[in-house]
Amino acid sequence: MENNNAPLLEMRNIKKDFFGNQVLSDINITLGPGEVLGLVGENGAGKSTLMKILFGMDVIRETGGYEGEIRLNGQAVKFATPFEALAAGIGMVHQEFSLIPGFTAAENILLNREPTKPNIVSQVFGPRLDTLDYKTISQRADQAIDKMGVKISGDMVISDMPVGHKQFTEIARELSKDQLKLLILDEPTAVLTEKEAEALLTSIRSMSAQGISVIFITHRLHEILSVCDTVVVMRDGYVVKEAPAKELDVQEITRWMVGRNVESAASAADVRELPDAKTIMSIRKLWVDMPGETVRNIDLDIKEGEILGIGGLAGQGKLGIPNGIMGLYEAGGTVEFEGKPIPLNSPRKCLDASLAFVSEDRRGVGLLLDESLEWNVAFGAMQIQNKFLKKFGLFTWRDERAIRAVTDKYIDELKIKCTGSKQKAKELSGGNQQKVCLAKAFALQPKFLFVSEPTRGIDVGAKALVLEALKRFNREFGVTVVVISSELEELRQCCDRIAIVSGGRVAGILPATESSEAFGTLMVSQVV
Amino acid sequence: MKRKQTSKVSLKRLLQDNSVPIMFVLICLVCLPLAGYSPAYLLNELVTRMGRNTFLILALLIPIMAGMGLNFGMTLGAMAGEIALILVVDWQIWGIPGIILAMIISIPISILLGLFCGNLLNKAKGREMVTSYFISYFMNGVYQLVVLFLMGSIIPIMHSTLKLPRGYGIRNTVSLLSMRQQLDNLLAINVGGVKIPVLTFLIIAVLCLVIIWFRRTKLGQDMRAVAQDMNVARDAGINVDRTRIIAIVMSTVVAGFGMIIYLQNLGNFPTYSAHTQIGTFSIAALLVGGASVERASIGNAFLGVTLFHMMFILAPEAGTAITGDSMIGEYFRTFVSYGVITVALIMYESRKHRAKSQTGYLLALAQKEEEARAK
Repeated sequence: MENNNAPLLEMRNIKKDFFGNQVLSDINITLGPGEVLGLVGENGAGKSTLMKILFGMDVIRETGGYEGEIRLNGQAVKFATPFEALAAGIGMVHQEFSLIPGFTAAENILLNREPTKPNIVSQVFGPRLDTLDYKTISQRADQAIDKMGVKISGDMVISDMPVGHKQFTEIARELSKDQLKLLILDEPTAVLTEKEAEALLTSIRSMSAQGISVIFITHRLHEILSVCDTVVVMRDGYVVKEAPAKELDVQEITRWMVGRNVESAASAADVRELPDAKTIMSIRKLWVDMPGETVRNIDLDIKEGEILGIGGLAGQGKLGIPNGIMGLYEAGGTVEFEGKPIPLNSPRKCLDASLAFVSEDRRGVGLLLDESLEWNVAFGAMQIQNKFLKKFGLFTWRDERAIRAVTDKYIDELKIKCTGSKQKAKELSGGNQQKVCLAKAFALQPKFLFVSEPTRGIDVGAKALVLEALKRFNREFGVTVVVISSELEELRQCCDRIAIVSGGRVAGILPATESSEAFGTLMVSQVV
Repeated sequence: MKRKQTSKVSLKRLLQDNSVPIMFVLICLVCLPLAGYSPAYLLNELVTRMGRNTFLILALLIPIMAGMGLNFGMTLGAMAGEIALILVVDWQIWGIPGIILAMIISIPISILLGLFCGNLLNKAKGREMVTSYFISYFMNGVYQLVVLFLMGSIIPIMHSTLKLPRGYGIRNTVSLLSMRQQLDNLLAINVGGVKIPVLTFLIIAVLCLVIIWFRRTKLGQDMRAVAQDMNVARDAGINVDRTRIIAIVMSTVVAGFGMIIYLQNLGNFPTYSAHTQIGTFSIAALLVGGASVERASIGNAFLGVTLFHMMFILAPEAGTAITGDSMIGEYFRTFVSYGVITVALIMYESRKHRAKSQTGYLLALAQKEEEARAK
């Protein structure tokens, strides 16, 4: 059955939408045995979704499957579960570690595939009571580690390992599977030091020499160029460029990654320079321990009345900044607001200082899902500023009329689609929920507003409205706004200046009128 | 450098992690002269209680290994053991054969109850302890239904000495005179006035060996994996739910055996209350031995049983010597049990919390180091 002329992997006309939201369109990818394919693109370009389809992840099936065809060795396949993909010889190393912390490297490498020896009890009660064959386990683990060409001790417990070794353990686990033909590495170098990353690249080359094909996803473009045979650049769900790595350079890839219709970016007239504005918030030596979004040593000055954008690739730390300052995650360093220091790790103090935060986690942090819009809009202001309350002697009542009025005002202004101010927040669509979050923050009438991922998961029309509302809020009330978003174009539409966070640090601050290429270079400059 | 740091804190850690056993050693040392017991009497009592309780305590180890915490649901196994004993007493099968038969009968009942409990606990992942605690209350009601109403009416009970005068239901106390200490006396040897129940200890030793062996099996490895990270285990193809159910079933069966060993030593049991506190006391004993919610060894079980019962032997006499009231001992027993469990639960949570803030601390440290290097 096996057709030797067919490439190892062919993906043809792959399409995928999440509830009508097209995330992949007509993807065609071909990969021969032993080839290394670099897959690059901004966040949300569709890389992860494509790999999830290939690996048969549950989330794809649960959201209605995909269109198109995947061929492995010339045979059409459709994986219903990752286990089927594994059996067919596809291995995947995910961004998050999937290791048992208290087990040794060897135990993790052969997890649930441990060689065992039968005994009397297992003859009666079944193979799960076979005793483990520790000697063979460590032998097979060592073999897998050798395949990578790095030195890791198989008896080392995972929780004692440096991050790089954990990453290698994950890869060794995939390599220990005899049937492995194709290995997908999803940003494996994101957590590695320079040296470890170099070792990983070497091991990718040695895998490829052994006939294992690799799909390598990374934001570090020079790695792609040094190790890959072909580079595929994705943007907005399309493959925009496929070329041999030899013919490309970092600048070119960056341009393909971010450079969409550059004309649509901020019109210069809209971007203000505020040379005389005083600094309203100054951040010094900030570190934030937000899992997956750690930042350290952030120095940043925010000018009064401006809209500052904070951009950067996912996992580089841009979300850590507002979450740390507002006290939602453990943080250290100093933050001064209007010349007064703000105590970290205490959300209430921040709110008292007239700071407000629209969280990226709207359902978890932002909204009271089971309550009415009125409650959602007025809750913060009521709790923190004693607004919308009436006092009668000893008792305090809610001022229902004032609450209704303010809610109706925002429903009108932000064009929130709902049946009325009494509707429950959970019944609204994502975009409208986002607007309610904004209304909630606006109702606080803050001096300073953090807005985190304001347009995540909402459609184009709603996006424009949300950005417009932010801009108006800034212009009319002189509120300083900091917008954090992974979509650069969106930042360029509404911000005056944009700071790019890369590798947990501020890589640079540029006016929004700067070319997207310049931003792209900053984004990948310090990726670690 | 890193290794050095860990070894520096390790002495403090050692004391911190073993604070509970150390405290109990101190209590026992204080009570010892006050109680004024002869060493022979003390040893005799201690050996008897070790034989009586250790098996029950060992039943707790497997759920802890599977990451399900302290299995308050071991009470279910105790109930199964009691039902089996009632039936065997009614059939008038005496001595060792009676004990063995009771154990055999308890197995299917334990498995059934264990399956029920395990399935429920899978629906309450992360809250196993409080759930199992209340399952044991709930099943206590079912036990009462069976023993108080069904036995004698639907389940045939032949001997009226067992039944309540009304004709169905079991009397408040079931006498096990026919099998009292049969297990303990067989092969027992006397060393300097101390009776050692060799057979009981042999049975306990076999269970220990089984547990040690079990850790090295595929199933044991799976349980340890499930305990540490269910998602990773599931991604690796381990059937997490099934593994957890097996852990509970095993614990329940062992608890059933343990209850039979416990009751044959006592010689009779209060039908409706023998099992109610057995879970609490066993768990307290294990914790006194230095175990925690996520880690427990056979050593913890033995140390715990020794210290916990040493205290119970000494406390009443010591209490009488100080206050003139022997009730203080019984009071102490309950007080200490609940206290120890509470402390263990709090330590479990605070340790999780500590691990969390540790990462923030490391981050601040890394930043400082970096600054120093920059200068």
